[in-house]
Amino acid sequence: MSSKAPAETQGASRFTLDFRTLGPFVALALLMILGTMINATFISSANLTNVLTRSAFIGIIAVGATFVISAGGIDLSVGSMAAFISGVMIIAMNHFVNTVGVNWTTVMIGMGLSVALGLAAGLANGLVTTKGRIDSFIVTLGTMGIYRSLVTYLADGGTLSLSFQLRGIYRPVYYGSFLGIPIPLWAFFVVAVIGWIVLNKTRFGRYCLAIGSNADVAAYSAINVDRIRTLTYVVQGLCVAVATIIYVPRLGSASASTGVLWELEAIAAVIIGGTALKGGTSRLWGTVAGAIMLSMIGNILNLTDAISQYLNGAVQGVIIIVAVLVQRSGKGR
Amino acid sequence: MAGPILRTTNLCKDFGPVRVLFDMDFELQPGEIHAVIGENGAGKSTLVKILSGYHQPTEGQVLLRDRPVKFQSTKDAEDAGICMIHQEFNLANDLTVEENIFLGKERRRGLFLDKRYMKEHSREVLASLETDVSPNARVKNLSVSQKQMVEIAKAVSRNADVLIMDEPTAVLTRSEINVLFRLIRSLQAKGVSVIYISHKLDEVKELADTVTVLRDGYKVATQPIGELTEDMMATMMVGREMKDMFPDKDLEPKPDTVLDVRGVTSPGYAVDCSFHLKRQEILGFAGLVGSGRTELMEAIVGLRQRSSGQIEVNGQTASIHAYRDAISRNIVYLSEDRKGKGLLVEKTMGFNLTLLALKQYVRRLGMIDETAEAVSLRKAIEEFEIRAPSNTAVINTLSGGNQQKVALGKIMEVDPEILILDEPTRGIDVGTKQQIYFFIHELAKQGKSIIVISSELPELIGVCQRIIVMRSGHIVGDVSGAAINEEEIMRYAMGIKGGNNNEQQSAG
Repeated sequence: MSSKAPAETQGASRFTLDFRTLGPFVALALLMILGTMINATFISSANLTNVLTRSAFIGIIAVGATFVISAGGIDLSVGSMAAFISGVMIIAMNHFVNTVGVNWTTVMIGMGLSVALGLAAGLANGLVTTKGRIDSFIVTLGTMGIYRSLVTYLADGGTLSLSFQLRGIYRPVYYGSFLGIPIPLWAFFVVAVIGWIVLNKTRFGRYCLAIGSNADVAAYSAINVDRIRTLTYVVQGLCVAVATIIYVPRLGSASASTGVLWELEAIAAVIIGGTALKGGTSRLWGTVAGAIMLSMIGNILNLTDAISQYLNGAVQGVIIIVAVLVQRSGKGR
Repeated sequence: MAGPILRTTNLCKDFGPVRVLFDMDFELQPGEIHAVIGENGAGKSTLVKILSGYHQPTEGQVLLRDRPVKFQSTKDAEDAGICMIHQEFNLANDLTVEENIFLGKERRRGLFLDKRYMKEHSREVLASLETDVSPNARVKNLSVSQKQMVEIAKAVSRNADVLIMDEPTAVLTRSEINVLFRLIRSLQAKGVSVIYISHKLDEVKELADTVTVLRDGYKVATQPIGELTEDMMATMMVGREMKDMFPDKDLEPKPDTVLDVRGVTSPGYAVDCSFHLKRQEILGFAGLVGSGRTELMEAIVGLRQRSSGQIEVNGQTASIHAYRDAISRNIVYLSEDRKGKGLLVEKTMGFNLTLLALKQYVRRLGMIDETAEAVSLRKAIEEFEIRAPSNTAVINTLSGGNQQKVALGKIMEVDPEILILDEPTRGIDVGTKQQIYFFIHELAKQGKSIIVISSELPELIGVCQRIIVMRSGHIVGDVSGAAINEEEIMRYAMGIKGGNNNEQQSAG
């Protein structure tokens, strides 16, 4: 009675699954071919390394966003949060230069502070959303404004700059490389691998998907829905902290315009990657591919005169919409 | 009209590589009430979904008044006069009743909506259904049975020639069913043909003119109702003799009390409810829809707020504030709302099966042991005889009966001692029902204790050793042994017996 499963069925379902999962990577490959055709310098290892390194901030933040979105939430505050953390980090490190000195300890204090702030900010987003029973869109829209205005206030409307002595020490975190691969890329890779394992192989990841799929069923499966949801925002905060740690040595400054629109790029990377905005699914490597694609589009536009690079946002927008359309048509069959 | 109004010839339907409907020849005469019966997965829903434009046939033809038709969508079918009432509600929750009834068929006067006409017409249709639903009410604020009535009103208002009803009575009370049947007969008198899918054979016997029986995607027979008894219909559906629907009543509860509930109140639903459950007991909870049985149980297991009351498990006070507290004491609850609260319908069987017991599968470094999960899934498929296209099948693609088996497998994963089963056989076929009755009996035999909530009295009487009756949030009756019969229970449920309000009666 139970052995009514023909082998073809399994084959067929695996095929559709593959299409869904592979879609973003096929698109990424096509984009790379297009880039090479437009300008051969695109495929040079120097240029590709540059593109990948630039995608690391958005990519790391987007890994966190994959958690939040797969559990049915959204976090709009990540860009402001990154700016705020950058500002506090810079102020603190400049302060400790006088007491602790110009050394790695001061930088480590800054990094530790970044992680603590990221966790706290994520926890605040999570608790207000779950305990306050407020839609996450509204809550993070609010905290987005709060973090943004805090960094503006800390910088007194201007720019916070890291002490020049410290920049020399901190610089390698962005500009250095290990085994020929830039440090930001290593960080991106490690965060993505850990993210994938947590999302796909642990109870927490499974619960995220269950809650995103149907929160009632999750509650009736004895899952502590509020706690898991809160934790997704904490994970997001941690990812923002890691991204900020890598971002600060790049320019050595923070201002009101730091991280503007990062939240939208992160969400776009997640969606292009094949994770559904309504929750219940996750495609972490798709998110990675999505983040790389977004940074690649800007790069390709820089390398060509055919389209003005001021149209970067327009091209990204078209790609996002097309990606979702393609995914939907793939899902139908 | 001489010939059939709607006819299919050699209709076949494949989902992927799986054929679910084979060479179906079906005929619907003008003005007849034609019941389609069969177990879950027999192909009833597939057949009517093709007739109403949801699915397109793989082979074969649909003929409307002897002319071949190809419906590309439900709108095509509706325009041709074929309208379907859904098993799952197809209502916009945030709109009003009136807006739902006219959804997609809004009446306009000039540029603007003709609100007055639509409101008036909605009122008329609702009145013909003798329901007290207001056209201005928001659908999300309605009860399940009221929503069903709105769904019916919506279809009726479209003036269809053919009305298809997929288990319309599953969530209705007896008096609502009577009204619905009267309405169906008055539609019939106006020449409307009705295709009626149901699991309730007594209803089919009462209502239908003709019965078509399906089994495993094939048509078994089409016969006038007069030639059939309920037993004959059941036998044809299952394809074997259905002699023992219920297991023998050979079990006696053990003397020790495993669950003692004292004075539990859940604001708005259950008031000061006390009862106890013994080891190896199968205890039924009867009552009308809305009498507070589900809410009481949810309050006991921590899924709903409790304003007062004490719960003892095996003689010890148990502080249960969240469902996981109940799970840790080996108490599980099977929700009546299988698709809304029981299972993740977009996820696979395996994902659902282990969700409640996931902790048991966590190994080193917090990793889930996927091999062990696959073993459990194979075991559950075998033990519960789950019929699925593949082991990776998504819940949505399974029939109701097979979904329920996955839901049962899911709660069994935590190895429970006390099981609270809320409407365990709702919307599933006779064969699976029987399997579930024997499964419950087997559990009791192993020393487990079971509470069964059901709105089908014959089922409670067939399975339970003792039955508690609830009415508007109160426990009003407790019958066991020879006192268990439908009349006695209904007397309590309707308030003829068992006092009016607060006091709880505990008869032997």
